[in-house]
Amino acid sequence: MSDKPLLTFRFRLRHTDFEAALAHDMRLADITALFGHSGSGKTTVLRVLAGLESRAEGLVTFDGEIWQSESPDRKFVPPHARAVGYVFQDARLFPHLDVAGNLAFAEARSRNRRALSDLDTVIARFDLEPLLQRRPDKLSGGEQQRVAIARALLARPRLLLLDEPLSALDTPRKAEILPYIARLPAQFGVPVIYVTHSVDEVAYLADEMIVLSKGRKVADGPVGETLARLDLGPATGRFEAGVVLEASVVCHDREYRLTTLDLGGAPIEVPLIESQPGQRVRLRLRARDVTLATKRPEALSARNILEGRIVEIAEEAETTYAETLVQIPGGLIRARLTRRSVADLALAPGTTVYALIKSISLVGGITAAR
Amino acid sequence: MPDLGPVTITLALAGITTLLLILVGTPLAWWLAHTRSRAKPVIEAITALPLVLPPTVLGFYLLILFSPNAPLGGMWVSVTGSTLAFSFAGLVVASMLYSLPFMVQPLQTAFEAIGREPLEAAATLGASPRDAFFSVATPMALRGFLTASVLTFAHTVGEFGVVLMVGGNIPGRTKVISIAVYEHVETLNYAEAHLLSGGLLVFSFVVLVAVYALNRKAPLNVG
Repeated sequence: MSDKPLLTFRFRLRHTDFEAALAHDMRLADITALFGHSGSGKTTVLRVLAGLESRAEGLVTFDGEIWQSESPDRKFVPPHARAVGYVFQDARLFPHLDVAGNLAFAEARSRNRRALSDLDTVIARFDLEPLLQRRPDKLSGGEQQRVAIARALLARPRLLLLDEPLSALDTPRKAEILPYIARLPAQFGVPVIYVTHSVDEVAYLADEMIVLSKGRKVADGPVGETLARLDLGPATGRFEAGVVLEASVVCHDREYRLTTLDLGGAPIEVPLIESQPGQRVRLRLRARDVTLATKRPEALSARNILEGRIVEIAEEAETTYAETLVQIPGGLIRARLTRRSVADLALAPGTTVYALIKSISLVGGITAAR
Repeated sequence: MPDLGPVTITLALAGITTLLLILVGTPLAWWLAHTRSRAKPVIEAITALPLVLPPTVLGFYLLILFSPNAPLGGMWVSVTGSTLAFSFAGLVVASMLYSLPFMVQPLQTAFEAIGREPLEAAATLGASPRDAFFSVATPMALRGFLTASVLTFAHTVGEFGVVLMVGGNIPGRTKVISIAVYEHVETLNYAEAHLLSGGLLVFSFVVLVAVYALNRKAPLNVG
């Protein structure tokens, strides 16, 4: 996208058992993740942006347009006039129309004629041709979400909001839909705000993220930096905590089926991936998959050992664990250790350590595709 | 040859009442299904009153309302030159009130079953509330409309007390089937009474079977 639109929101909304007070300005990245546990207010933010919460008090502006403002000159642009696309958790296809009818509904009401999404392109990009004559109740969950995303695009939104579109799907179905979502900004020129509680999905899709907790914003920034912050433990989830790093493909070893990647100058090996040398890939390293040693270990089965320096240690009082942040040549990684290990090894910021990486997951597959 | 006047009048009355009640009852049912107003239980109670009031009570108040001295009756006289009481128009007004719950309640249930979700989806696709009502809510509630219309029609065909109070039994104008049956029995004309009663019985049974069959069938496929 050439010029990234500016989005500003500042609002307060009170329900009987929930209160959200959130403010944020941003140049919209291709995909921005709104991340947090259930009840953190993620969906509320999307609903306010879309104009579905008429009781929210505050200000919403998008690309110079005022969508909502406070008194005295209180303004509230209704959802149908906001040029926002919304994909709901439960798809919400119209049951009285078949897939073609659902798509035509959106096409007939489309608001932004300059957009790149015409009916044929969208049908082709989302592989919907075989589904066109089917009723929504005859579609699988994954197919329903594909249709829902395509339908939202056909209304030609200038901002696309996705509310946990994968939460009802099993892992293989998720993997099937994620690439469609990752390609949205490049193919259709529309910025995406993606709500999720899955670190995997954030790592796969997003460039920027906003972390919410209990109706408040607790952090925001580029995905790599934000996931590396140790102080966000409760909000980002300890078990799934980890970082996202970018590496490039160096070469393949077809016999042992390994691919060597260059991570900031250090070689690391991952199971063979089909790719060309030089391609960029995104890696996710979970804190629980990283072990630290103070001497370079030898005679180990683990193949990826990276030398680094401890930057920060966050001991979690009342628990067994400590989170450690280690600077390696390719960025920052997190390791989850016991507090006892920290004491026994006399680990402190500045200590040189060797990080043993038990497993690396490749996320976003080939980021060069985006 | 039996007198077909009451049959024609009954069918015309039920048909016109049903059509007008679709126009009046739909917005009311829509409002009841979506409002957060504190007045909702009061309006719901008023809508349900014709179910519990004796038709004579309803008829009595209508008669007072229809009187040329009352605002409604007076206005009617000044606009049309005739009184509402003992006229076909008066019967229509009375039937609309009497059958109101039979239109509003099934519609309200149907609108509530649809919920806000599809309407929100329609709004984010660029449909105005009015557009969403006609393009999403109405087709989705089609079965509710059918049920409500059939029940309203049948209930209007079966009314007696209210008609007797406000319409009398003017042959060719306000004498409906139920009144005709009553008269035939009073005058011991059992053959005519049998004919009309039997017809009404069969009609009502067929209608109810249709409604129940409609309610258990798979969702209506339209559009």
